[in-house]
Amino acid sequence: MTSQAPNSQERVYSVYVGPFDPCPPVPCKTYVVPPHLFLGFQPPNLPQFNLTEALRIGTLWPALYSTYTPHIRGGN
Amino acid sequence: MWVYEKKLQYPVRVCKCDVRMAKYLIEQYGGADGELAAALRYMNQRYTIPGKVIGVLNDISTEELAHLEMIATMVYKLTKDATVQQLEEAGLGAHYVNHDSALYYENAGGVPWTAAYIQAKGDPIADLYEDIAAEEKARATYQWLINMTDDVDLQDSLKFLREREIVHSQRFREAVEILKEDREYKRVF
Amino acid sequence: MEATPCDPRYYELLEQLQTLDFALVELNLYLDTHPTDLNSIQQFNQLTQERTRLAKQFQELYGPLQNFGRAYSKCPWEWSESPWPWQV
Repeated sequence: MTSQAPNSQERVYSVYVGPFDPCPPVPCKTYVVPPHLFLGFQPPNLPQFNLTEALRIGTLWPALYSTYTPHIRGGN
Repeated sequence: MWVYEKKLQYPVRVCKCDVRMAKYLIEQYGGADGELAAALRYMNQRYTIPGKVIGVLNDISTEELAHLEMIATMVYKLTKDATVQQLEEAGLGAHYVNHDSALYYENAGGVPWTAAYIQAKGDPIADLYEDIAAEEKARATYQWLINMTDDVDLQDSLKFLREREIVHSQRFREAVEILKEDREYKRVF
Repeated sequence: MEATPCDPRYYELLEQLQTLDFALVELNLYLDTHPTDLNSIQQFNQLTQERTRLAKQFQELYGPLQNFGRAYSKCPWEWSESPWPWQV
C-alpha cells in the first residue's frame, strides 16, 4: 500500500498479480473519495469561494470542492 | 411549467477538432447515468416523495436539463463541421447513416435511451438512494471522459459538470437525513 | 439591436450573469435542505436583486433571456433570433 496524505481525495489499493496475466500488471489502482462523503449534513456559514471562482469550480463552498486530475491508464 | 432561459449555465468551449470525443460525450446525453436520465428520474420521483424534499428533486432535475444542454453544445460544436470521413474515423459512421449529424438520445455505444434506465419505487429512501448512486455514477463517467481528452477547454466544462454531481449527491444525502428525522410527527408534551 | 452578440462585451456580460446565476442555483439547492438558514436567505435575496439588475441590462443590449412574457420585445420579434446558446 502506498502511503496517503491525510486529506487526500484519492485512495490506492493493490491488485493481485496472477502468474498468467497476459498484460503488464498494474500493481496499484486508485479511486476517488470526494469530500461530500465526509461532510455530513452541511453546517451553516461555511467559508465561500468568491463568486467568479465558484462558477469556475462548480461549487460555492471549498468544503465541497473535489479536484480531479486526468489519469491515463498505463501512466500519465 | 418551465420557462426557457436563452443562455448556458456555464460557458462551453471546445478548442480541439476531436470528433471522437463527440461519440464518447453522448454517453452523458442519452446514457443510463446521463443528464437526460437524471432529469427525468428526479422530475418523476418528486410526485411521490414527502413534501420536505420535493424542492430538492424539482430543482436538481431542472439543473440537469441545463447540463443536458451543455453536453449537447459540446457534441454540436464537435460535429457541426465534421466531414463524413471524420465521422467515420471517429466511429460515428453508423450514427451518420441513421442521423446525419443530428444528435440522438443514445449512449456512447449507440444504444437508444430507454425508460428502463430509471427507477421509481415510491419508497422515499429507496428512491433517494438510487439518486445518490446515480450522481456518483455520473461523477465517475465524467472522470473517464476527462481522461479521454487533452482539450483543456473541454476538460474545464467537464470538471464543472463533475463537481455538480458531487453537490447534488450532497443534497440528496441531506434529503435522506431530513426524512430520517420525524419532526412532523413528533409529539408535543 | 444596437449591440451584436459575439462582441467581447457580450461574452463579458454573459459570464457575469452566469456567475451570479450560478451562486443563486447553489444557494437555492442549499436552502432546499436548510430552509431556516437566515444568512443564506439574505445572501440569496441580495444576489437576486443584483441578478435582476444585470439581466435587465443584458436584455436591453442583446435581446430577451426569457420568452412567454418574461421580457419585452422590439420589432421584429426578437426571441427567435440567433444566436442560440449552443451557437455562441
